[in-house]
Amino acid sequence: MKLIIAIIQPYKLEAVMEELDKAEIHLKTVSHVLGCGRQKGRSEIYRGVKEAGNLLKKVRLEIAVNDNYVEATIKAITTAAKTGQVGDGKIFVLDLENCQRIRTGEKGAEAIG
Amino acid sequence: MKSTKYQLPIFLALVLLAAIALCGIFPAHAQEIAKNQPQAKIDTGDTAWVLMSAALVFLMTPGLAFFYGGLVRRKNVLSILMQCMVALCVISIQWVLCGYSLSFCPGNGFFGSLQWLGLNGVGLTPYAAYAPTIPHQAFMIFQAMFAVITPALIIGAFAERMKFSAYLIFIALWSLLIYNPICHWVWGVGGFLRNMGTLDFAGGIVVHINAGIASLVAAIVLGKRKGHEHTAPRPPHNLPLTVLGAGLLWFGWFGFNAGSALGANGIAVNAFVVTNTAAAAGGIAWAILEWLANGQPTMLGTVTGAIAGLAAITPAAGFVSVMPSLIIGLLASVFCFIAVAVIKPKFGYDDSLDAFGVHGISGIWGVIAVGLFASKAVNPLGADGLFFGNPHQLYVQAIAALIAVGYAFAGSFIIMKLVGIFTDMRVTDDEEAIGLDLSQHQEGAYTILE
Repeated sequence: MKLIIAIIQPYKLEAVMEELDKAEIHLKTVSHVLGCGRQKGRSEIYRGVKEAGNLLKKVRLEIAVNDNYVEATIKAITTAAKTGQVGDGKIFVLDLENCQRIRTGEKGAEAIG
Repeated sequence: MKSTKYQLPIFLALVLLAAIALCGIFPAHAQEIAKNQPQAKIDTGDTAWVLMSAALVFLMTPGLAFFYGGLVRRKNVLSILMQCMVALCVISIQWVLCGYSLSFCPGNGFFGSLQWLGLNGVGLTPYAAYAPTIPHQAFMIFQAMFAVITPALIIGAFAERMKFSAYLIFIALWSLLIYNPICHWVWGVGGFLRNMGTLDFAGGIVVHINAGIASLVAAIVLGKRKGHEHTAPRPPHNLPLTVLGAGLLWFGWFGFNAGSALGANGIAVNAFVVTNTAAAAGGIAWAILEWLANGQPTMLGTVTGAIAGLAAITPAAGFVSVMPSLIIGLLASVFCFIAVAVIKPKFGYDDSLDAFGVHGISGIWGVIAVGLFASKAVNPLGADGLFFGNPHQLYVQAIAALIAVGYAFAGSFIIMKLVGIFTDMRVTDDEEAIGLDLSQHQEGAYTILE
């Protein structure tokens, strides 16, 4: 089991969700986050003054999958989120020790799907 | 690149300067006209009420901004507010420069004459043909607020995808070529619909049919928002904002309708009472319809129904009594509910915030309703409708509505296509995905961390 964490451009979320659906990966957690990479990003201007803001709005996806789904998930995310520009984001793949469904008490691979 | 970026703002600045220069030539002439006018008596109560009403109608445009703003996604809320506030700026100026003259200066049946350009001759004494007891400029500024909110209503149809510069050109042209003429036809001295006996108390034809039909055209010409081809629309990002806006609209509508009596008198009171009643009937009717159709009444549905009731009572407010206003408000919600929940999905146009479905439909219904329920017992200057023994009025109302629908449809279509030749009407797909707030105005409405 792996936990895949992807940081993507907020406006790419819909496209990523669509790709994930196509790959039949339906379970995910999404949150708004702030972060900074190496890009300058789109800064905002308030009353003519450019906002400094090193931290940029990003969307964070967390998806827990069984091993055989890892490549499909990564492919779906990169297909949809890649623009070729700096700031497209990153994907982290972590080993996942365990997983338990609260409702049934199922554990491990069964609980993930 | 730079030169194209600044083309529009520089052009706008030049137009503004030229217009100011042009209007500076006439002031001597203006005073002459003011002197030659018969001295009518100004009534302080009437003047106070009309000024107050003008301020109430003013508030409707920011109210509309919040109403629409709450309904879009969070990345587009500022673009809606901006479009509404800019309409206040652009049309207010257009109105004093040429809009008022084209709309209200006595001319032929189709256009006002240009004598009142830059408010020449529009002075502080009454102009009896429109309002014999208030200064002419009070009438002018009251009408200015109508001219502002009408194009602002159309924003609901092209929300979340129209390019800001294209929007600016569109509302300027639309006011000049659609609003000003139709306003003259219905309300201006010499206007052919006015001479035909059309009754439109506060703008069912001029405001709601007009903007509603333009909305339908704009939605069709611009096409759907991205992501709305096969999925259900995204939920509104901030409904409390929408309810706040609806409250301000309802409040402002008292000025819109009761102010259209142009005096602090019985007709104003009648308009005030039927306005509130129709809004209430519309709101509760929509809630009940949803309860029956979907199992739960919603907040958004209830305020939408109230707005439908308000729009429908607008042309009738000074001509019908309170019982008919209940029916007008109630049926407004029924018709609009059908338009929004059945017709729109069936035809698949993306009237994003239902500007046509609510204002267009209830505008048409209201204008027809005048022909049914109008009564001389309420307003001796009006007419009797079908239910008071005068089927002819219904015929007049229907013809007037039909003409306005036809003109607004064809005219708005041509303007959209015309502007489309010179600039893209839509933002690029990327800009649409990023949101209009950042891509058009370089601002964001909300932060994540404080």
